[in-house]
Amino acid sequence: MSSEQNNSEVTDFKESDFKESAMVKFLRATEVDTRMLGMIAALILIWTGFHYYGLFANGFGAFLTPRNLWNLSVQTSSIAVMATGMVLVIVTRHIDLSVGSLLGVTAMMMGVMQSWILPEYLGLGHPMIWVITVGLGIAFGTLIGAFHGFLIAYLGIPAFIVTLGGLLFWRGSAWWVARGETIAPLDTTFTLIGGGPYGTVGATGSWIFGAVVCVAIIVGLISGRKSRIRFGFELRPMWAEYLIGGIGMALTLGSVILMNSYPWPKGIVKRYAAANNLEIPEGGIFISHGFAIPVLVALAVALAMTFLATRTRFGRYVFAIGGNPEAAELAGINTKKITLLIFALMGALTGVAAVIASARLNSATNALGQIDELYVIAAAVIGGTSFAGGIGTIYGAILGALVMQSLQSGMVLVGFDAAVQQMVVGAVLVTAVWVDTLYRKNST
Amino acid sequence: MMAKKAKVKTPSPNVNEGKTPLIVMEDISIAFGGIKAVDHASADLYPGEVVALLGHNGAGKSTLIKILSGAYSRDTGTIYVDGKEATITNPRQAKGLGIETIYQTLALADNVDAAANLYLGREILTRWGTLDDAAMEAETRKVMGRLNPNFTRFKDPVKQLSGGQRQSVAIARAIHFNARILIMDEPTAALGPAETEQVGVLIKQLKKDGIGIFLISHDIHDVFDLADRVVVMKNGAVVGSANTQDVTKDEVLGMIILGKCPGGAIPGPGALAS
Repeated sequence: MSSEQNNSEVTDFKESDFKESAMVKFLRATEVDTRMLGMIAALILIWTGFHYYGLFANGFGAFLTPRNLWNLSVQTSSIAVMATGMVLVIVTRHIDLSVGSLLGVTAMMMGVMQSWILPEYLGLGHPMIWVITVGLGIAFGTLIGAFHGFLIAYLGIPAFIVTLGGLLFWRGSAWWVARGETIAPLDTTFTLIGGGPYGTVGATGSWIFGAVVCVAIIVGLISGRKSRIRFGFELRPMWAEYLIGGIGMALTLGSVILMNSYPWPKGIVKRYAAANNLEIPEGGIFISHGFAIPVLVALAVALAMTFLATRTRFGRYVFAIGGNPEAAELAGINTKKITLLIFALMGALTGVAAVIASARLNSATNALGQIDELYVIAAAVIGGTSFAGGIGTIYGAILGALVMQSLQSGMVLVGFDAAVQQMVVGAVLVTAVWVDTLYRKNST
Repeated sequence: MMAKKAKVKTPSPNVNEGKTPLIVMEDISIAFGGIKAVDHASADLYPGEVVALLGHNGAGKSTLIKILSGAYSRDTGTIYVDGKEATITNPRQAKGLGIETIYQTLALADNVDAAANLYLGREILTRWGTLDDAAMEAETRKVMGRLNPNFTRFKDPVKQLSGGQRQSVAIARAIHFNARILIMDEPTAALGPAETEQVGVLIKQLKKDGIGIFLISHDIHDVFDLADRVVVMKNGAVVGSANTQDVTKDEVLGMIILGKCPGGAIPGPGALAS
């Protein structure tokens, strides 16, 4: 029932504000999220900042090296996996404070399973051990998450309280599982999921992965354009399509080259050569790491979660509930069931993160994942997820996790003390949310 | 004629005699804490009929209607749809029976676009089971083109739309899925005169299509000319109901304010004892 009045408002708006700058025109044509550009700019600033700070203060810029960036990618994986789930939790105006503790207890349970129980029945190093362990770990996480979700959705206990209780309860249970013992080493196949020189797909594997991603980008762009044509919607200009495809592929292949240019350390090469009866030529062999398995796991999770959030009914309902819970209920959405499922999903992703975190350390301790909940929440929020509900993206959370981890490892590299590190991370979190608030005010 | 001569109005015969009512709500009660929000209220609705449900703020009209739309569960009473007893305990069941509601708050998810709101809870899926956003947007463009040709902002979250545009999204959602019974709760409260006029045109159109409409308002002037019958509530109880031709605006105002039932109306349990 738009009146003449507000229609003319729209036209006025068009005439006055749409004498747009080249930048605005460019952004509209490419349909790029300006917020994402901002985050990428922040990331570049952090990376070069630490690199040059190291260069000038310590005489060596260690940040922008293949080795550090490879490590960064592995360190980010576990938080990134959980952050994708936290987006949905926060979008529906809830919170999950228990993910760090849940990660701890799940990792302990998987540790006991693969190192104490399963070898007795299957024999040490049996190829099924890691499969059963991972399956049980994810199921365990899902079950606990669903239980939290049940308490929140059906018993009406606030999520803050349920998961605060969970934070204490599951941390305690993590100790209880093995009476505080550290369980190490873990199953050798299982530890590949944590990365490390052997837990990578190598140079060839990385190139294949890169090629697959490039094909996917092209197919995605073409099918997107086709479906717009089918319904007669506005099309992106051709140059914008080429530009987006080109940048996407350049980034993909660039990261393949980056990951491949970090070689195995000499000691590992020696051991590998000895085991495979290889002669090491003069000057050593260059064996690339390539993408680490946990990074590929995190990317797969991010892809699946993006699909879930944007292409399925479940995702649509999650955002509708976040935007207006009462309206969602009145539209006939079973909001309680959706809430339970969100927390179950969060639990499942925490299970995946527990696999990555314990496999990376090749051990399970009851302290694993301590204060991870705060990093996960910070990653989601820095990535643009709004506590007011209804707003948030998966790729934002991944970028947020990368920002958090870059800050952390950057400060370690340039030699800040732990105390300063905490202060900086805290200050950055608050500043990021403030900047985001300003951005939102200006954009609406 | 006799009634007119005697200067005492009596209710005119029920024009719907013999037809099956779309909705009969019988003896509905609901209490929140100790407060009886709706107290043994009854109302009915026939095909192609507009029934205005009037009363002050807090008279219980919105509550009564939320029971019909499934937002609240009644404590006692029976609802018949097409003459058959119906179970309505949540909004999904109400929608399943063809009962659609335009809430006073519009009940839109502000953060998603018009198409997502229009299809909320009834999304079009592709054969892979994923959301078919393109199809939903195309369909939404068709619906809105008929309802509000000025509407062009299909990509924006509805939060960014004007009051009138938001209203048209809410209306489109209610009528797009073959509603047979439409509940409009203060449909013009947020609108300017031109938009209110458009709602009036739309109501006449829907009436012609045989849809029964409950029109809820606290302002008699908004609805008197549109309604075939009025039902007036006060303090949770029905004061009375009347064909609009049998009563004057002033008499209806008397019902709303004082609970006094005029001769042209059928008194209900909430009528002031004379």
